[in-house]
Amino acid sequence: MNSTLFVNIFRFILLLAVQIVIFNNMNFLGYISPYPYILFIILYPVNGNKSGLLVASFFLGLIMDMFSNSGGIHTAACVILAYYRPYLFKFSFGLSYEYQTVKLNDVVTPERFSFILLSVLIHHFVLFVLEAFKISFFWDILIRTILSTVFTIIICIIIIYLIKPNKR
Amino acid sequence: MQQIFNFIYKNSNRLLFLLLLGISLFLSIQSHSYHRSKIISSANFLSGGVYERINNVSEYFNLRTQNDALAQENAKLRSLLFKVKDTTAIPKLDSIKGLHPDDIIVSKVIHNTFNTHENYLTLNSGSLQGVKPDMGVINSLGIVGIIDNTSDNYSTVISILNIKSQINAKLKKSNHFGSLTWDGKSTGFVQLTDVPRLASIRKGDTIVTGGQSVIFPENINIGTINRIYFENETHYYKIEVKLFNDMTNLGHVYVIKSKNREEIINLEKKEEKDE
Repeated sequence: MNSTLFVNIFRFILLLAVQIVIFNNMNFLGYISPYPYILFIILYPVNGNKSGLLVASFFLGLIMDMFSNSGGIHTAACVILAYYRPYLFKFSFGLSYEYQTVKLNDVVTPERFSFILLSVLIHHFVLFVLEAFKISFFWDILIRTILSTVFTIIICIIIIYLIKPNKR
Repeated sequence: MQQIFNFIYKNSNRLLFLLLLGISLFLSIQSHSYHRSKIISSANFLSGGVYERINNVSEYFNLRTQNDALAQENAKLRSLLFKVKDTTAIPKLDSIKGLHPDDIIVSKVIHNTFNTHENYLTLNSGSLQGVKPDMGVINSLGIVGIIDNTSDNYSTVISILNIKSQINAKLKKSNHFGSLTWDGKSTGFVQLTDVPRLASIRKGDTIVTGGQSVIFPENINIGTINRIYFENETHYYKIEVKLFNDMTNLGHVYVIKSKNREEIINLEKKEEKDE
């Protein structure tokens, strides 16, 4: 239990640092940047404390907002993702996900991929809707959501493969 | 009473979610109004300090372009110096019209965004250096933005690439003015709206800051006309302006302290009271 807590705190700080130092400065085609910091929420233990996750993602988003001068949009997107995470689990892994040992940081199977895809999509959609806050930017929001989602997923999967615990 | 506690206990997760969501939505809605929350901005010591460290490393990557820009500015200033015939009569004015040199604070951009609709810069000088909200920020090529929040040592700037920014600008040759906004699309172009139809404009004309603004002095370069649209409903021109500045690559900037600003604002307030 203690080691899980430690790993999560470490992940929280490391992902935020990498996001702020590297990925925030990545502007593919001028306006698409990946947000792999939400891996913290995706990789949080399945049976972990839900209130703990909510509070942690609140602060995760708040720090991101502080660094990108964006008010509360990352916070809102993170909190929404954290709250709907159990439903996404249910959708991707079937009803009895809590009794299985779902390990996310492992080889990417269709179930895991669908879970990551949905999580990233929800987060980015909320993020870009709140950022623009105007219906006139509808197509812009849609295009940015889709392109950034693709970009984030690629980087998330690369990171998952990189930090995958070695077997044996 | 028991039931209320039961309800809270059962739904504690949902209530926590709603509370946190409420806070974050409040923060994001507040950020869309012009004067923003002072807490969540990169002008505070934590994010400002981190950005300054990052900038210490990353500024080495574009030293060459910064050097070029400084050399060009030097050459320009030198040519101005040689044009003055009587050296005893050098007017005590900077190249920026009507401003004394001590009205300018040199600062460095330590963080710059340009990929969202509301872009901000972070500078490494703050209220201790004399930076206050609503001061203008320019560099050698043209305008950059307006100071938004300040802390002791850092300040944030609303970039001209921000859909909230609105700056008074005019045609250099004819004094017809309009307001400069950004449509959130390309980082190289801004839009000048509300230019009257009477104005004779051509592609390539220079746009400068107008005299109506209390933030910027008059005649600071902005860009050149790239495209002209005529709006049939309003009978005003909408002009696409190509910026002189490359907003994606900013180094040193100058913060302008306008001496007349407070006087003008006080005068206008007085006028409103009298009515």
